[in-house]
Amino acid sequence: MSEYTFAYLDEQTKRMIRRALLKAVAIPGYQVPFASREMPMPYGWGTGGVQVTAACLVPDDVLKVIDQGADDTTNAVSIRKFFQRTAGVATTEATAVATIIQTRHRIPETPLTDGQILVYQVPIPEPLRFLEPRETETRKMHALQDYGLMHVKLYEDIARHGEIATAYAYPVAVEGRYVMDPSPIPKFDNPKLSDSPALQLFGAGREQRIYALPPYTRVVSLDFEDYPFAPTKAAQNCALCGASESYLDEVIIDDAGGRMYVCSDTDYCATRRGLGHRGAEG
Amino acid sequence: MYVAVKGGERAIENAHAFLADERRGDRSVADLSVAQIREQLALAVNRVMAEGSLYDPDLAALAIKQARGDLIEAIFLIRAYRTTLPRFGATEPVDTGAMDCIRRISATFKDAPGGQVLGPTFDYTHRLLDFKLMAERDTPPAPDAEPQAEAMPHIMEFLNKDGLIEAEAHSNSQPSDLTRVPLELPASRALRLQSLARGDEGFLLGLAYSTQRGYARNHAFVGELRIGTCSIAMEVPELGFSVEIGEVTLTECETVNQFKGSKTEPAQFTRGYGLVFGQTERKAISMALVDRALRWRELGEEDAGAPTQDEEFVLSHCDNIQATGFLEHIKLPHYVDFQSELELVRRLRAGASAARSEALE
Repeated sequence: MSEYTFAYLDEQTKRMIRRALLKAVAIPGYQVPFASREMPMPYGWGTGGVQVTAACLVPDDVLKVIDQGADDTTNAVSIRKFFQRTAGVATTEATAVATIIQTRHRIPETPLTDGQILVYQVPIPEPLRFLEPRETETRKMHALQDYGLMHVKLYEDIARHGEIATAYAYPVAVEGRYVMDPSPIPKFDNPKLSDSPALQLFGAGREQRIYALPPYTRVVSLDFEDYPFAPTKAAQNCALCGASESYLDEVIIDDAGGRMYVCSDTDYCATRRGLGHRGAEG
Repeated sequence: MYVAVKGGERAIENAHAFLADERRGDRSVADLSVAQIREQLALAVNRVMAEGSLYDPDLAALAIKQARGDLIEAIFLIRAYRTTLPRFGATEPVDTGAMDCIRRISATFKDAPGGQVLGPTFDYTHRLLDFKLMAERDTPPAPDAEPQAEAMPHIMEFLNKDGLIEAEAHSNSQPSDLTRVPLELPASRALRLQSLARGDEGFLLGLAYSTQRGYARNHAFVGELRIGTCSIAMEVPELGFSVEIGEVTLTECETVNQFKGSKTEPAQFTRGYGLVFGQTERKAISMALVDRALRWRELGEEDAGAPTQDEEFVLSHCDNIQATGFLEHIKLPHYVDFQSELELVRRLRAGASAARSEALE
């Protein structure tokens, strides 16, 4: 649409964001401050991801937007419409077809490929934030690679609960240097962060931070030798497509508290059903 | 059977239509015009301009109408619009000493050159509902008089002449721009003031009030509060000289605060400063008190551990657009995170009950 610049942001702003992105790619896992703009959607609803996507989009991109793994959740619909309107780019629900995927809280089940960009919406980019609320302190801790506090927290979890009691936004170490928050993806998705052929970009609008994982970056979920990291999911198979390897949402289906489990990744589930796979209720 | 969350798009469209319908309200009541809001809800318009960081009464009034009177929503509309505006440059510093005041009071001096001017204030009104306003009768015009010719110099400067109040350090350095450069802490006073000027009135009011009640008390007097219009000038590069391009209404508050002196400094008064778009008196005073509390380090005062002294706490949380966005985002779906927590809690409970039954055996 002609009343907006392509992808809404003016070119100077996009240049500013691209510079931050280049720095972020050069220092994997390091949080680069950027002058986040006020967007026409609220802070906390993906403004960081939207700005990163806007700075990366070119007219022949094919965009996919997911929230909780699904293309049709309300906020995913809203962000997709925003880019349809302001950038006029093609959109898709197929992970394999997309060139840019903006996501909130999931990594698609279908493995990403060379040349794809995965943009994460990040609420709190600082993995140490809930251990130390001050930005002035946490920046120092990263600079000194002082992650003792995090290890103590993980140890205390084990002492108290018998396991590390973090189920999502599970902290990772990037190439043995920066500890990074992978955004609130379930820890089931953590292994997909490492050695991905795709470029992974993280945008936190309200907190004014951008960080990145270049393709084939080694990403390790923090753990202990005797308490190794284990990705978890519900034990069931998807009721619709029968998948046993995908992350499942639990849906309450009746007044008696009856439940069914279905793939959180709607494209993955639909593709499998298209290929004839069926679950118990499919 | 499982009903997929399909149809999100239609639900959103219908929700928008419902919202627009509710905004209009009962069609038998006349539609509210933007001009009516601008003229008759001027203080709401002022707040939206101040916290939206955009001086445009018509757009602020439109935003208030569109937001159904939710001022934070209106501020958000203005901020988002502001992002799309090209930036041509910066104006010359505004000379608030040359302000055409409609109100100017001092709580520290009974009289001063230029006098005390009450202006359009609620201060001495009795807060009794005026039921006459319910009958649509026009208000008679206020008595008129010639504007006074006498200049209204800043009252604080009289203290400055005697060295009784700290002198402001003069500087021609270009302050950083909060809206163009990410805020890094510790921040300069100029940046802090920028942040406070667009900060949430309610939040700053609460912080300022807490200093009065003893959480980093700084004994503030309103040295001067002035409201009026200032002309705005800008140097146009093609011309090589500055041109007046318009005027804005501003509220400026300077507080006089006690300072007992330190080992190196003799006792003298210190300053807090507030400057806000429009007639926004409560905000300007709050801003001045918070500004003064944040200056504890520079003035060699003690850290009382009070929230208002904590720069990172204040600056990270005073922006209502950031705050409301993050607060309200918890309405968005979190099925995936919640699911992972569900599994974790179930696993931990299973572990605990196994341990308990073992202990019972």
